[in-house]
Amino acid sequence: MLEQLEGSQAVAAAVARCRPEVISCYPITPQTHIVENLSSRVRRGEIGSCQFINAESEFGALSILIGASAAGARTYTATGSQGLLFMAEAVYNASGLGLPIVMTIGNRAIGAPINIWNDHSDSMSMRDAGWIQLFAETNQEAVDLHIQAFRLAEELTCPVMVCMDGFILTHAIEPVDIPDQESVDGFLPPYDPVQVLDPEDPVTIGAMVGPEAFAEVRYLAHHKQLRALERIPQLSAEFREQFGRTSGGLSDAYRTDDADTIVVALGSVNGTIRDAVDELRDKGIKVGSLKLGSYRPFPVAQVRAVLHPSKRAIVVEKDLALGKGGIVSSDVKMALRGLPTIVQTVIAGLGGRSITKDSLIRMIGEARAGHLDEPHFLDLNWTAIHQELDRQRRERRSGPTPEHLLRVVNAVNAKLP
Amino acid sequence: MFQIRIHGRGGQGVVTAAEILAVAAFLDGKYAQAFPNFGSERMGAPVMSFCRIDDKIIRLREPVMEPDALIIQDPTLLHQVDLFSGVRRSGTILINSSRTVEELGIGDLLSRLPHSDLRTVPASEIALEFTGRPLANAALIGGLAAATRQVGSEAVSQAIRRKFPGKIGEANAAAAEATYRVIASGEPWTAKEGSHAGTT
Repeated sequence: MLEQLEGSQAVAAAVARCRPEVISCYPITPQTHIVENLSSRVRRGEIGSCQFINAESEFGALSILIGASAAGARTYTATGSQGLLFMAEAVYNASGLGLPIVMTIGNRAIGAPINIWNDHSDSMSMRDAGWIQLFAETNQEAVDLHIQAFRLAEELTCPVMVCMDGFILTHAIEPVDIPDQESVDGFLPPYDPVQVLDPEDPVTIGAMVGPEAFAEVRYLAHHKQLRALERIPQLSAEFREQFGRTSGGLSDAYRTDDADTIVVALGSVNGTIRDAVDELRDKGIKVGSLKLGSYRPFPVAQVRAVLHPSKRAIVVEKDLALGKGGIVSSDVKMALRGLPTIVQTVIAGLGGRSITKDSLIRMIGEARAGHLDEPHFLDLNWTAIHQELDRQRRERRSGPTPEHLLRVVNAVNAKLP
Repeated sequence: MFQIRIHGRGGQGVVTAAEILAVAAFLDGKYAQAFPNFGSERMGAPVMSFCRIDDKIIRLREPVMEPDALIIQDPTLLHQVDLFSGVRRSGTILINSSRTVEELGIGDLLSRLPHSDLRTVPASEIALEFTGRPLANAALIGGLAAATRQVGSEAVSQAIRRKFPGKIGEANAAAAEATYRVIASGEPWTAKEGSHAGTT
C-alpha cells in the first residue's frame, strides 16, 4: 500500500516483513529512527519471536549479531558515521566468517570536527571490508533494497550494507509502497544457513588460518563479490517481475545514449542530477547520468559499457580521500582504463553541504568547456580558505582551524539556507 | 511544483508541520516530499523544514531556496534570521502573530516583496483555544491551505488526525479548520465561548 512515510519508518516496516530473528543495535546518536521503530514492533510481538538486543556499543551490537548469525538466525542492525567506525573490527569479522548480516547505513560524515550530517565517508571507510554495499536513491528503493539484501546475503552467505543518505533520505517523508507480508514471503524464503553452530552436529566457525591458506580464503571472499555481480541484476529483475517496479541492480543509465558528458554518482543525489540532465537536455546539451546501485562489488563492465562512448565522465562523490582526491572516480578510471574518456572528480556534499541543481548545471558547463580543475570541490568557499591559510602563515599559535573557519564563514555568509 | 519553507524554533513542531502538509497533499492525490533542515536538535534553536508538492514524482533533493510559500511559526525570528531569502515575487507569507503586519514593524519587507501575499494570523491563540496549548503548527497548515489552495482543508484535518490519533488530533484538526476559515473569510479571529480548550 502506498503511504506517505518517513524513510526510517518505511525501512523499519520493510525490515519487519523480512522476518529478522535477532536485531541488535546501539540505540543513540548516530542512530536513526529505524531501530527505534523496530524495537516497538518487537515489543508488540509483530515480528514473531524476534529478539531485540540493545548493546553497550556498536562493536557490541555487531558482535552479538555475529554470534546470532553463526547460530543460524536472520540478523539485522543499523548504524552510521562514528558508529560504523566503532564497529570496524566486527565488520571485517562478519564478512571474513561469511555471515549474511544485513545492516542499514544512514550515511553520515565522520568527525572531527563533529558533524551529524550526510556524506559517504562512513561506508567508504569500510568499502574493502568484504561487505556488499548497495546504495538507495529514494526511500522506495531503500525499502526494496532491504528485501533484496536479505536474499542476496543469504544466497551468497555474505553480509550486505544497504546505504541510504542520512537525513536526506532517512528523515524525508515521501510516498513509499511497503510490500505486504505475503509478497515479501514469496520473494524471501526462510534462512537456510550453509554453516551453523549446532550442538547436534558441532563445527568450528572462525578457525585460525596461516599463510598456507589465508590468501585462498580471501580469494573465495572476493569470488563471492564477483558472484554478486551476477546475482544483483538477477534479483532486481526478479523483484521487478513480482513487485512491478524497478529497484536495485548494479547501475542505472539515464539519457546516456548520445551523451558527450555523463554524471556518475551514488545515492539520493541522482534525483537532483536527473533534474539537471533534463534541464540541460531541453537546451540541446547532450548530458546523461549513471547511477551506481552497487559500489561493492564495483560494476566495472557496466560502467565501462555505459561510459565508453562519451567524451567525459564526471564523478560526483560525497567523500574525499585526503591527500589524493576522489574515491569513486578512481574506480571509474579503472573501469575505463585504455579508453580516451576523460574522468573528472567532483567532491560535493561533504558534511551535509547541499548539492543544488544550479551548482551541478554550472559545474557541468565548466567541465564541458574544459575549465574544471581536478579534483573539483563543488561550491567550496575559497575566500574563507585563503583567509585561514593566510592567518596560519602569519601566526605560529594560530589555534584550532574549525573554530576560526566558523567565525570567517559566519561573518561573510550569514545567508539561508 | 509548489515549494514551502517553514521557520520556527526547536520544540514548536516545525518538522511535524511539513509532514502534515506532505501527508495532506498525498491524501489529495498529489506527490509530496517533506524534510527538515537537518539541524542539531535542541529546544529553542532556529529550525527550518521544507515541503514540495507536485503532480509528478519529485526527484529534487536540494533544500527549498525559492519558496512559493513561507510559514513563520515564531515571529521572534523576524529580526534574527533572513527568513525571506529567495521568496518568489508573488509568494504567500504567513506569519503566526496576533499583531498586524504594520504592528510587527516589517514595513520594509513589504517594499522588498511588493507582490507577495503577506498575512498574519493568530495561530497560537487559535491553537490555545482548541487544544489548550499554544502550539501553532497544525493550525498554520490549515491557514496555508486557505491561502494557497494547494491542499484541501479536509485533507489537512485527515493528515492531522493520522499524525495524532484521538483527542489531540481532533483538537488540532479543529484549530486548523478554524484557521482555514479565518484566512478564507478574511475576518479577524475572535475567541468563542465554550471552546474545546481543556485549560486548567
